[in-house]
Amino acid sequence: METKEKFPLKKVCIICAKGAIEDVYAALVMANGAVMEGIEAKLFFTFFGLDAITKKQMKKLKTATVGNPAMRMPGGLPFPTLLGGIPGVEAGVSAMMKNQMAKLDIPTVPEFFEMITAGGGEIYACKLAADMFKLKKEDLWEGVTDIITVGQFYELAEGQGTQIIFV
Amino acid sequence: MVEKIIAGVTVNVNNEGYLENPAQWTKDIALEIAKEYNLTLTEKHFQVIDYLRKAHLNGETLTMRKVGSSGIVDIKGLYELFPGGPLKISSKIAGIPKPTSCV
Repeated sequence: METKEKFPLKKVCIICAKGAIEDVYAALVMANGAVMEGIEAKLFFTFFGLDAITKKQMKKLKTATVGNPAMRMPGGLPFPTLLGGIPGVEAGVSAMMKNQMAKLDIPTVPEFFEMITAGGGEIYACKLAADMFKLKKEDLWEGVTDIITVGQFYELAEGQGTQIIFV
Repeated sequence: MVEKIIAGVTVNVNNEGYLENPAQWTKDIALEIAKEYNLTLTEKHFQVIDYLRKAHLNGETLTMRKVGSSGIVDIKGLYELFPGGPLKISSKIAGIPKPTSCV
């Protein structure tokens, strides 16, 4: 009988380049899921993804109600793009979404970061994007390890059994 | 389902070693399974295990967050007690099924 050797995943390096709540959550769920399984996790936030680790923005992430073809009314009817453009609609829809997630015991963004770092996961910001948005270390959530270059990010990805995931 | 002798007791386990029937669990079984992970169980470990067993028998879905807000241990503490898979390993030692939650 053929025996196949298994090479389990040892480390994930997750890049989050978007600031919409669903994209940030995708990165957070994957990072947290990794540390829960004993897999090392490094999270790297760049461009609009930086909102997720910016003190002023991290509690206010939103979902796009315009240009989002998967957006539906409660009940499943299509969500008109024009409606999505009315002031306050995006905030209202985002609040509804957060409410639904709270019901499923999904943590808030800051709490999720606490959980990931409690498990040894590390959070990084992209230097180029931070420079572009004029963000300094003190503007970022206190659990952020460092602001690093893309080269340093690849150094973090060293070792066999590492995967890089782009969100 | 396979039969396995753990701490001198014959129990039914699945292919990953989780007990099929939580009622077959004993403290000795917990100590024995913990050895597979090089863990020596302390009073604190057993407090977590008791909490997990009670929550499972109440039909609750266990998450890291739930255990972290149980008042017994915070999430960091849970990682320290059961390194390398806090919810998975603690559930196995507690004789309850493998957790199915993503958070």
